[in-house]
Amino acid sequence: MNTLFDKIWDAHVVTSVAGGPDQLYIDRHYCHEVTSPQAFNELRERKLKVFRPQKTVCSPDHNIPTLHQDQPIADPVSRNQVDTLARNAREFGLTYYGLGNEKNGIIHVIGPEYGLTLPGMTIVCGDSHTSTHGAFGAIAFGIGTSEVAMVLASQCILQPKPKTMRINIEGQLAPGVTAKDIALYIIARMTTGGATGYFVEYAGEAIRALSMEERMTVCNLSIEMGARGGLIAPDETTFAYVKEREFAPKGEAWDRALAYWKTLHSDADATFDREVTFQAADIAPRITYGTNPGMGIAIDEAIPTEESIDESGKLSFRQALRYMGFEAGEKLLGKKIDYVFLGSCTNGRIEDFRAFARLVKGHRKADHVTAWLVPGSQAVARQIKAEGLDRTLAEAGFEIRQPGCSACLAMNDDKVPAGKYAVSTSNRNFEGRQGPGARTILAGPLVAAAAAITGEITDPRKFL
Amino acid sequence: MIEKINIITSSCIPLPQENVDTDQIIPARFLKAVSREGFGENLFRDWRYDKEGKPVADFVLNNPAYSGQILVAGKNFGSGSSREHAAWAIAGYGFRVVVSSFFADIFKNNALNNGVLPVVVSEEFLADLFRHIQANPKATVTVNLEAQTITDNTSGVSEHFEINPYKKSCLLNGYDDIDYLLSKKPQIEAWEATHQ
Repeated sequence: MNTLFDKIWDAHVVTSVAGGPDQLYIDRHYCHEVTSPQAFNELRERKLKVFRPQKTVCSPDHNIPTLHQDQPIADPVSRNQVDTLARNAREFGLTYYGLGNEKNGIIHVIGPEYGLTLPGMTIVCGDSHTSTHGAFGAIAFGIGTSEVAMVLASQCILQPKPKTMRINIEGQLAPGVTAKDIALYIIARMTTGGATGYFVEYAGEAIRALSMEERMTVCNLSIEMGARGGLIAPDETTFAYVKEREFAPKGEAWDRALAYWKTLHSDADATFDREVTFQAADIAPRITYGTNPGMGIAIDEAIPTEESIDESGKLSFRQALRYMGFEAGEKLLGKKIDYVFLGSCTNGRIEDFRAFARLVKGHRKADHVTAWLVPGSQAVARQIKAEGLDRTLAEAGFEIRQPGCSACLAMNDDKVPAGKYAVSTSNRNFEGRQGPGARTILAGPLVAAAAAITGEITDPRKFL
Repeated sequence: MIEKINIITSSCIPLPQENVDTDQIIPARFLKAVSREGFGENLFRDWRYDKEGKPVADFVLNNPAYSGQILVAGKNFGSGSSREHAAWAIAGYGFRVVVSSFFADIFKNNALNNGVLPVVVSEEFLADLFRHIQANPKATVTVNLEAQTITDNTSGVSEHFEINPYKKSCLLNGYDDIDYLLSKKPQIEAWEATHQ
C-alpha cells in the first residue's frame, strides 16, 4: 500500500532526526560549474575529502559558449568558473566531462544518455531541473550549494519528507500536442506554486504512452509548479531505453536490477496526500503570456481578464503584462516575434530536433527571426548529423550551434535583447531570464518551429 | 557554522509582489562568482537599478523611508531556480528574517542553511502587516524563534509559526547539517554495506 515515491525514499533513509528531517542516502550526484564552487571551498575549509567520489559526475553547461568551443571561453569570469570546476574535479578525484569531451552537455541530458540515471535511484544536483531524472522512476530533485557540500562530504542530505501527489492524464493526446504542452497545461492549472511541498507522480494513459524523452520533458517542469520533483513509474519503455547504455548494469547485474525495478510502482491501494486528474483531450498546443510558467494559455486562447485574477495576485498580473507588452483579454495568435530558441534540459533532445525539423521541412525561416538551435549534448549533436537533420534544417535556413544551456538562462553570450520577443522551448519566462528586458514566450518544439517560419505566434497544427 | 538567531525586533522592508522568483532576487549573470561574498550588492538587481545602473526611485530598497532586518514578501516567495545565491544575496544585504504567507521549498531550505529565518504567516496577518508598514514605514515586528511567535507590534497581534525542531535548534545554536552528517559516518557505511 505504498506509493512509488515512498518505496524509493524509505529504501534510502539512513537515520531519522527525532522530530526532524530524514538523512537520505544519495545514489547519484550531478555537478555543474555554477552552484558547486562554494561547496568545494567548504570542503577545503573543513579539510574534508569527497566521501564517495565515484558517485559524482561533473559537466560544465550553464556558462559555456555555443560557438567556437574549441577556443578558450572569451568571458574571463565564465572561463574562471568552468576552470574552477575542472580544477575541483581533478583535486577531489571526480569524473569530469569538460568542454570538448565527447560526453559533455547539459547535465540533465547526459545523465540519462549514458545510463548514469537509473530507476530506483536518489539523484540530486544543485539545479532545480534535476527533476528531469524522475522520468526513470527515480527520486530526483534540486538542492542548494550548502546541500551540495553535504552530499560531497557524506553522500547524504537531510530532507523533510515531502507530501505525495498523483497527477493523472487520462485518454490520448490530439495530434500536434507535445509533452511540453502537457506540462504547461498542468502548471497553468496547478499554478506556479500549487504543488509546493509535494513530490508528484505522473500517471494515466497519456503518460504511459510517452517516450522516455517526452517523460523527461514532463518531469523536468515539475519544479515550475513548485513541486520538489516529479516521477513516473518505470516500465518496458524505461527498461528498453536504459538497456545497454554505457553505465547501466550488464549481464547478471542487469537481471537483478530489472527484477527490482519491476517492483517500483505505486501499489493499487496506495494513498496520496492529493490526487488530481486531467483529460488529455483538453490539452492543445500551449504558450505562456506572462512572467512565470503558470501564466499560460492554449495557443488560440485569450489572455485572462483582470477580473478573473484574485485580488492579491492583481499586482503581479499587471506587472507581468506590462513587462511583456501584452493587454489583458487579448489573443496572441499573429503577434510578431523576434527570436526562437530550441534547446535546454527541457527540450534539447533528439526527438525535439526531429519534431522541429519535420515541421520546418520545405519552408524557410522568416527573415526577421533569429533562431538559436542548441543541442542538449554532444551526443544529441552527433545524432542530428547522423540523421541528416542538420541538412534539412540548413535548407530551411537554420544552423545548429554547439551544446549547452545557452539562452535558457543567458549566462553565456546567447542573450535576447531588451524588449524582444523570444518563443523558447526552455523552462522559465521570468523577467530577464533570457537577458535583461527579454520577453519570453514558453512553448514546445512544434510551436517554436511554426513561429520560426512564420515570424509570428502560429498554431502548429496547420502545418501537420 | 551559521550565525545564531533568537529574538529580532526590527522595522521591515515590504515587497508585496507574489511569486517573486530567484531570478529576480539575483539574476543569472551574477552567478559567476566562486565565493559566497558580495551578492547583497546585486539583490533584486533588475528591479533596483535601471539599464544604466542608476537606482530606480520607486523600488522599495531605494526608498530611504524603509529599512530593517526583516523582508516582508508576497505569497510564494523564492520560486524557481535552486540557486543558493538568492539566500546569500538576502543575507548579504542584511536581512535575517523573511516573512511571507508561503515559501518555495528549495529557497526555504537554502535560507535556513544560511542563518536566514523564513517565517510563514497567515494571509490575514500578512495583509495587515503590509497595511501597517504602508501607513508607517517605521512599524516593527518581533520574531521570537525560541517561542516560535511573530508579533506585529502595530496591532499587538501575534501568530505561532512552524519550524522543524531540528532546524530550530540549528539556528538557535549556530550548527549546520554537515556537522550532523559527519557524526553519522558509521551509520552511512553500515547502510552502504547492506544496500549496495
